[in-house]
Amino acid sequence: MMSEATAISVNHITRRFGSVVAVNDISFDVARGQIFGFLGPNGSGKSTLIKVLCGLLAPSSGSATLDGLDVVRNIEEIRQKIGYMAQGFTLYNDLTSKENITFYGMVYGMFGNRLKDRTNAVVEMTGIGEYMNRRAGALSGGWKRRLALACAMLHEPKIIFLDEPTAGIDPVARRELWDLLFELADRDVTLFVTTHYMDEAERCTNVGYIYHSNLIAIGTPGELKSLPEISPSGTRRYEIDAPDITRVHGLMKSWDSVRDSTIFGASVHTLVDDRIDAGDIKSRLEKNNVEVRNIRPIDPTLEDVFVTLTRHHEKIQNEGVAA
Amino acid sequence: MFKGLRAIIYKEFIHMRRDPITIFVALIIPVLQLVIFGYAVDLDVTNIPTVVCDQDRSPASRELPYKFENTGYSKILHEVDSMDEVLAKLRSGKAKIGIIIPPGFGDARTTREPTQVMVLIDGSDSIVAQQALNIANTIGLRASIIDLAMKSGAENPLSGERTFDVRARLLFNPTMKSANFMVPGLIGILLWIVTVFLTAASIVRERESGTIEQIFVTPLSRQAFIIGKLLPFAILGIIESAVVITSANVFFGIPINGSVYLLGLLIIPYLLTGLMVGLMISTRAQNQAQAMQFSALTMMPSVILSGFMFPRASMPFIIYALSCAVPLTYFLEIVRGIILRGAIWADLWDETAILIGFFLFFLVLAVSRFKKQLG
Repeated sequence: MMSEATAISVNHITRRFGSVVAVNDISFDVARGQIFGFLGPNGSGKSTLIKVLCGLLAPSSGSATLDGLDVVRNIEEIRQKIGYMAQGFTLYNDLTSKENITFYGMVYGMFGNRLKDRTNAVVEMTGIGEYMNRRAGALSGGWKRRLALACAMLHEPKIIFLDEPTAGIDPVARRELWDLLFELADRDVTLFVTTHYMDEAERCTNVGYIYHSNLIAIGTPGELKSLPEISPSGTRRYEIDAPDITRVHGLMKSWDSVRDSTIFGASVHTLVDDRIDAGDIKSRLEKNNVEVRNIRPIDPTLEDVFVTLTRHHEKIQNEGVAA
Repeated sequence: MFKGLRAIIYKEFIHMRRDPITIFVALIIPVLQLVIFGYAVDLDVTNIPTVVCDQDRSPASRELPYKFENTGYSKILHEVDSMDEVLAKLRSGKAKIGIIIPPGFGDARTTREPTQVMVLIDGSDSIVAQQALNIANTIGLRASIIDLAMKSGAENPLSGERTFDVRARLLFNPTMKSANFMVPGLIGILLWIVTVFLTAASIVRERESGTIEQIFVTPLSRQAFIIGKLLPFAILGIIESAVVITSANVFFGIPINGSVYLLGLLIIPYLLTGLMVGLMISTRAQNQAQAMQFSALTMMPSVILSGFMFPRASMPFIIYALSCAVPLTYFLEIVRGIILRGAIWADLWDETAILIGFFLFFLVLAVSRFKKQLG
């Protein structure tokens, strides 16, 4: 399965903390130059897997290769080839942006002109130039992220791991950071990104979904949306726009022909048997004195995918416990 | 093996420059502590407050309290009329010695008949009590010897030639200044504080702030990380030693009887031991508060068991055995030896060897636990 084009290959990785299994027997491949979105609820094991792949935690069992090198045996060699942007801000607050970059440059064995060239390159890419002499601790959240990314890509890594790179920064900074990630992917850098934002997930080449330490789905966003659990044959998905969505949601859930109903912001997404159509839904709701503004057929979003997958697996798990 | 050492040193010195308070604390506070400790931790007992109850009121009874005072150890502060008042003064702590002279004391002294004086001593402070007891016994003994000689018709024996003359001479610290004894020991204590506390905080701080996570994914070697982290504190420790020894010399007039160079050289294994203990704490502690508590925990045996305050020779066997496991015990021998007794290498090589042993032991213990991994 592994080829020249495989950047990350994870084979049956398990990591336990005492009796707690944080990552359970996970396997997948990521091709070179992909943006791989790794998704899942808090505490599902995302950061643990990243730490195992970066050599910060030893796997309890299983193996993984980065760029063909084993993460346990060849970790020192791997370290020269990977970049890592941790979940929190992990640079030195009391050092300026420039000093942080210089420090990491020196750590990667860069001095003199090479250090200068690479510093200029990352400064140009991240646009951090005017903040070079400011203490890192005094930067805003968005600039801290860019500085962290500048340090992580300074040594031209082939793979960069980004653990929730856009958590807690404003939408503009988020957009700009993603533009930067696309630019890196264009240069054949493989990006492994965890996120909670579905719009970000939609932008990834491939997406993996981890739930309760298990990888339960992997594929392109399009592939995931057409999974049989998400869009069973003989069903249709509608978006209902109504002033009182809570009542709509309640009514929808009480009908036999409705498979699923979820509130999304100001509307309800519902999965119904295809023997009923938008008109049927509208008339049934209005019969119950509920005002309906609009009903339209929709494709599932990634959010539909993950909500459905999570419910599905919760059910399986509960049945497993009950049995 | 030392990949990234230059980077760590570069960064550590920026940290130091950005945080001058730490440097200030590391260099100035020990000097202040030295001054405060050096003067306050004074085991010399003088001017013990004394209360007198003279029930005789004769020339001899008036003279007796001055014999106490003339030793320099006692100072008469109160004169009272009854035994109860003497006890009250002792109980309140206003006096530590109570001299009660019974009626008829003067007459008995004139005829050199046996007589008694009661001296009450506050035993709650054993050092003071010991001193007071010595004065009281000496005064009684001297008077008795003179009386015996005079009664048998001889001259005052203390003015003539003695038949058995014990001449005790104090070497190394002839004035018995306890500062001379305490201050060199303090050097050891203060160096321990700088090396252990600062080092213990330094790595755990990176763990707490998460910066260690970022460093561990780089090719930086762990040797470089450890050496780079310790080096600034080693330098600080050496500067500190120089400052403390110089100020001991200036503030306390403590002469350095041995070789300063030998002292400088033999401080190094002790310094390295402290750094390793700090490192060991730093690799095990979960946060800075814990690191501080562990560090404080190492202080107690250093102060109590090392012989810094109490002589080790009089310790019970188990405590004595424990004191052998305290690095300061050996450093005290070195520092007191060189400063006070002018000791030379031949006197100190065994202590030095033990300190080097401690260093290697803690080095292995600290480094073996230290991996470029979390959790």
